[in-house]
Amino acid sequence: MPPARSWRTYPQGYMLEAARCKKCGKTFFPPRLVCNKCQGREFERFNMQRTGKVVTHTVIRTPSDEFSGEAPFAVGVIEMDDGPRLTSQIVDVSFDEVKIGMPVKLEFRRLSSEGDAGIINYGHKAVPART
Amino acid sequence: MRDVAVIGVGMQKWGELWAKSTRDIFVESALLAMDDAGVDTLGAMYVGSMAPGLFADQEHLGSVMADYLGQKLIPSTRVESACASGGLAFRLACMDVASGMHDVVLAGGVEKMTDIGGGDATHALASAADMKWEAVHGVTFPGLYAMMAVAHMAKYGTTREQLAHVAVKNHYNGSMNSRAQFPMKITVEGVINSVKVADPLNILDCSPITDGAAAAIVVPADMVKDFKKAGVKVIGTGHATDTIALHDREDLTTLAAVSASAEQAYKMSGKGPRDLDFVEVHDCFTIAEIIVSESLGLFERGKGGPAAEAGDTGLEGRTPINPSGGLKSKGHPVGATGVAQIVEITEQLRGEAGKRQIKNARVALAQNMGGSGGSSVVHILEVM
Ligand SMILES: [Zn+2]
Repeated sequence: MPPARSWRTYPQGYMLEAARCKKCGKTFFPPRLVCNKCQGREFERFNMQRTGKVVTHTVIRTPSDEFSGEAPFAVGVIEMDDGPRLTSQIVDVSFDEVKIGMPVKLEFRRLSSEGDAGIINYGHKAVPART
Repeated sequence: MRDVAVIGVGMQKWGELWAKSTRDIFVESALLAMDDAGVDTLGAMYVGSMAPGLFADQEHLGSVMADYLGQKLIPSTRVESACASGGLAFRLACMDVASGMHDVVLAGGVEKMTDIGGGDATHALASAADMKWEAVHGVTFPGLYAMMAVAHMAKYGTTREQLAHVAVKNHYNGSMNSRAQFPMKITVEGVINSVKVADPLNILDCSPITDGAAAAIVVPADMVKDFKKAGVKVIGTGHATDTIALHDREDLTTLAAVSASAEQAYKMSGKGPRDLDFVEVHDCFTIAEIIVSESLGLFERGKGGPAAEAGDTGLEGRTPINPSGGLKSKGHPVGATGVAQIVEITEQLRGEAGKRQIKNARVALAQNMGGSGGSSVVHILEVM
């Protein structure tokens, strides 16, 4: 991946930077330029709380080449407590324990690396939130 | 706008066609369609192809295919809407003829997917999803549809067996289609015990990687009498988009772009779900056929699974789905799939479908999906 392609999303990858529409209040991760609910164009940026819950999930057993060393792994759609939904791996938990509605929190982890000399992609992975 | 009709269709056998190039595959099917119509020159053409650059190291297919089809200097447009590229090429051909711009227009689709390895193909297909916010986490296309399946099972009680019935039915239909890539019959137990891909989907829930093409010739409806064979009228068309990322949709158990594109086609044609004698839909995965059957209004929400299990979608059922064998058995060369649906419908409505012929079929619908439902194209066709 060209370095600039990962560099320009550092604020989202590192701080979970999101945006809230000033007109209707809908929240977006990553931030957008236009609200898809009200067409508003003014937003306030904020860093999301790291907590959310699992909306749906699966276990990837046949991955793309980039993830061939890591399968099987669990992936899910997470609804953040601040509103936006996102896709994330779900780790540090057995596959049987991953359920719809399960509380999770996002941790900063390595996502993938591109060979020995390639750049390493960092981002979030979800772990069970012990309540 | 002028009424339009399909006057010729063509499709070669699909599979792993290692001896043939992208352009060979396309031109062979295009010539079959042109011969079926009885034409040797075109006013314009549209070529549906999702990712020829990633799959076969060649872009600019509009020029490549017009050149190799021997059509000098005509307007030829490559169309891309992921796995709905073929359906969209057909729609644009219909709009071209309807506008009065051209009289004889070819809609084709092609994909040559087996030159690269399985992992690379998985990556190329993933580019129909949100590469930056979905694929970067390792989620694959089967993974996205598996997550829809998990949500649908939780909300409606759809079962693992019901998913399997979709695959069994489509392979049964495909066993009567000489152009299908995998015409073998399978069983419910066979599907459930096949290799796991993305839970709960197994390999026999997934459409395959395929090389193939398909083509159709579109003309003004009032010109059909000048041709040797029967025309099939295009009475409705629809196209809609939805969020690129699955996670941005409020309801993961339905496909809003499918419903929206169908509504447009229903309104234009004056037909509804109950008027359809059969449908060809985008069963890229078994769960997709179930959700699409609900989103088209063929069955109530949550009833698509029980309908599949009860045989309501079989050749003799209330609303036959995918008499061709669908993507599952026939194969899924992504850019060609939407045009192949038009090929099947045209042959069925002309009474040319052989052993899988649906008796007295007069009205049928085709639904072609891009990605995880980021786009959908629907057409309704009727006997003239
Ligand atoms: Zn807004």
